[in-house]
Amino acid sequence: MAIEVRIPTILRTYTAGAKAVDAEGATLDELISNLESLHPGIKDRLVDQGNLRRFVNVYLNDEDVRFLGGLGTPVSDGDTVTVLPAVAGG
Amino acid sequence: MRFESLIDSVGRTPLVGLPRLSPSAEVRLWAKLEDRNPTGSIKDRPALWMVEQAEKDGLLTPGCTILEPTSGNTGISLAMSAKLKGYKLICVMPENTSEERRQLLRMWGAEIISSAAAGGSNEAVRVAKELAAEHPDWVMLYQYGNPANWRSHYESTGPEILEDLPTVTHFVAGLGTTGTLMGVGRFLRERVPGVRIVAAEPRYGELVYGLRNVDEGFIPELYDESVLTTRFSVGSADALRRTRELLAAEGIFAGVSTGAALHAALGVAAKAVKAGESADVVFVVADGGWKYLSTGAYEGTLDEAEHRLEGQLWA
Repeated sequence: MAIEVRIPTILRTYTAGAKAVDAEGATLDELISNLESLHPGIKDRLVDQGNLRRFVNVYLNDEDVRFLGGLGTPVSDGDTVTVLPAVAGG
Repeated sequence: MRFESLIDSVGRTPLVGLPRLSPSAEVRLWAKLEDRNPTGSIKDRPALWMVEQAEKDGLLTPGCTILEPTSGNTGISLAMSAKLKGYKLICVMPENTSEERRQLLRMWGAEIISSAAAGGSNEAVRVAKELAAEHPDWVMLYQYGNPANWRSHYESTGPEILEDLPTVTHFVAGLGTTGTLMGVGRFLRERVPGVRIVAAEPRYGELVYGLRNVDEGFIPELYDESVLTTRFSVGSADALRRTRELLAAEGIFAGVSTGAALHAALGVAAKAVKAGESADVVFVVADGGWKYLSTGAYEGTLDEAEHRLEGQLWA
């Protein structure tokens, strides 16, 4: 088992067009590092100076990781991580 | 209830219990029926507050033109206020919004400028900002950054909820401009120790996230993360399913964004049950389902409805 990471349209250039990819790790930080080894360049689009980029939202099983523990949020097999750019509602 | 005019009747909406969807006698769900406002949505509150604040500040004077980026409800509310108060209204609206919203806006006398579907409301905001710079005489109230937006909920929605339900433990609402959550959230946090403020953010089809790069993202100026306890992303399938459940179980005919709020509300309610806590969970019915009939949200199978909503802004 692995963790499914859903990739937004604008970052699929790094995943050869794949909408979702599998990665591993015990925390979100480790997961993103693993993702970087599989899809070089993607980490820089998600993380800036040790924090999630301002306009990048990451959800662990639909909950915003900024309210869970940020990059230190524990993740486990079977989880789904969704990456989305922040957009306006209303 | 008697009011001097339609505008005076904004707010004081019912809070109704959901005996069938509540998980237990100790963990109860309550719906704040904001569709009972004069133009049928919660946006009547911020629209009125923003207009009256601009009048107080001397920005709006008789005959002025108001400009606003909106996916619909705020525009409809502003159109009603503008009509009664003698202003002209121009709305910048993404083209992937329902036909009903356009008809309603035109009916109340507003002019619509369409912005491209790709990029959703981001694009509407961008276009409106450009227009505002080109037309310095137009007044952009700008719901995403206007403090009168959240203050309307701090001064009306929040107090109404606390008055009707002093035992409130959770408040759940859709996240758009963030005004509802910021205003009600701040009000309740000041008065209800331990209250949880939960955001349900609509997750749309890919078209809406079709930005050119992540740096083009948008966070409303009103957003203050510290007001929230947590934030859930709710996809259109869950939102549609819950919208239909609300209708089937409790008889409430609500718009699709309400389904997203209900989904998050049921999630926190289930957590409370699991933890053995009692809870009174209030969630917002932002509008009724009328404006979404043409989207097919209420007909056919859920899969069909989800397919039809793909690429539409449903909140």
